[in-house]
Amino acid sequence: MSHHFDVIIIGAGPAGLAAAIYTARAGVSTLVIDQSSAGGQVKTTHQVANYPGFIEPVLGHQLAANMKKQAERYGTRFELAADITEMDLTGDAKWLKVDGETYTSKAVIIATGSSPRLLNVPGEQELKGSGISYCATCDGEFYTGKDIVVVGGGNSAMEESLMLLQHVNSITVIHQFDTLQAEKITADKVMQHPKVSFLWSHEPRGFEKQGERMVIKAENLKTQEIVTLERDGVFIFAGMLPNVAILRNTGLQMNAYGYITTNESMATNLPGVYAAGDVRDKRYRQITTSVGDGTIAALEVIRSV
Amino acid sequence: MLQTNLEHITSKEQLQQVIESNEKVAVCCGRMGPMCIPVYEIFEVLREKHPDIKFMDMEFDSPDAEVIRNLPECRTFRGLPFTVYYRNGQVVKATTSIQNAKQIKEIISEVLA
Ligand SMILES: Cc1cc2nc3c(=O)[nH]c(=O)nc-3n(C[C@H](O)[C@H](O)[C@H](O)COP(=O)(O)OP(=O)(O)OC[C@H]3O[C@@H](n4cnc5c(N)ncnc54)[C@H](O)[C@@H]3O)c2cc1C
Repeated sequence: MSHHFDVIIIGAGPAGLAAAIYTARAGVSTLVIDQSSAGGQVKTTHQVANYPGFIEPVLGHQLAANMKKQAERYGTRFELAADITEMDLTGDAKWLKVDGETYTSKAVIIATGSSPRLLNVPGEQELKGSGISYCATCDGEFYTGKDIVVVGGGNSAMEESLMLLQHVNSITVIHQFDTLQAEKITADKVMQHPKVSFLWSHEPRGFEKQGERMVIKAENLKTQEIVTLERDGVFIFAGMLPNVAILRNTGLQMNAYGYITTNESMATNLPGVYAAGDVRDKRYRQITTSVGDGTIAALEVIRSV
Repeated sequence: MLQTNLEHITSKEQLQQVIESNEKVAVCCGRMGPMCIPVYEIFEVLREKHPDIKFMDMEFDSPDAEVIRNLPECRTFRGLPFTVYYRNGQVVKATTSIQNAKQIKEIISEVLA
């Protein structure tokens, strides 16, 4: 069976939800599809302190729920926990297959955002939650008094390390460069902490579990020598990647890192297809900038349909 | 109390009663944290599609949650949430840390279909 909408928005993060609020409120029939629940990265952010309109920090999942409810209020239809298996964005009528159903539209807004980068080394997937973690606030206390490795040297890695230091006995930071990329004030706090040591210019090559302990193999990127560490756990914060796996063969233009290129109206190289938010090639990735992108894409769609 | 739209399990006795009186039960035991919230919300969506499965949550820090924390299937778990699937009163699957909708759907068709 086929279902038609004026616009289909892929991704229910701030960019997609902002776009939906505008299009649905303008009477443009709107479907939002998300492979997960609504809210994007915001629903998994503990507190947001820089979104205008909230004097006190707002809980991320609360802000996300409000955005979704606001879009629903104007008649947006949602397909959540849904898998897009096929799509054609090239013609005047776009179509997508979602869990076996076909959806067509005149316009598509891609707002699939970004996700934490996996290292894609042996053992990473298998040991997630049993020695490998991606969230200090969630899992830090399981490692109270233990020795751990943190992978990464950017802002998240260093901020999460400071949080982990409230629980753990020691941290070894494995970082691919010779210096930290995090903001100096945070980086200095970690560098000066007596419980922290560094393995510079190294990258993990594999993880194994031996009894309760984790065995980490890391390559020295300068000498190619492999070192083996034995610790109790590993926390990985290796940056973000755009969510474009389903868009690879659609003809959409992307930059070298996979971010979708647009003009300032959020239009991509494919007529009727727009990209908004973190998935777009741009410098600043924030909730406010995503909401701004979503708004612009929506206004373009409203004008065109 | 977890701020979700799922039904909450608040005691060991309630969990026992739920798994005895429902063939298929899925319980996400966590906190209101970044790895847990997506799982609760995916449960909320899947609840509509699988009315035969009872999707529930339980607060990880409640003393009675030891009934999940101490399950042999969860012994090596070090990532929230602990998600446990029961069929006919028995644990048929348990996962640690966040799972995406695709993974949860696969588990459902593997053990609760
Ligand atoms: C830990 C953390 C803290 C942060 N804190 C702040 C902060 O305090 N302030 C701030 O302004 N910004 C913050 N950010 C950044 C901010 O959250 C992002 O810039 C913003 O969420 C991007 O919005 P988006 O809508 O473009 O993408 P996302 O929020 O990534 O949402 C994309 C959505 O698309 C869906 N999706 C992906 N692929 C598919 C697919 N194939 N099919 C269907 N759906 C798909 C995803 O499930 C997701 O729901 C933080 C980010 C993180 C990770």
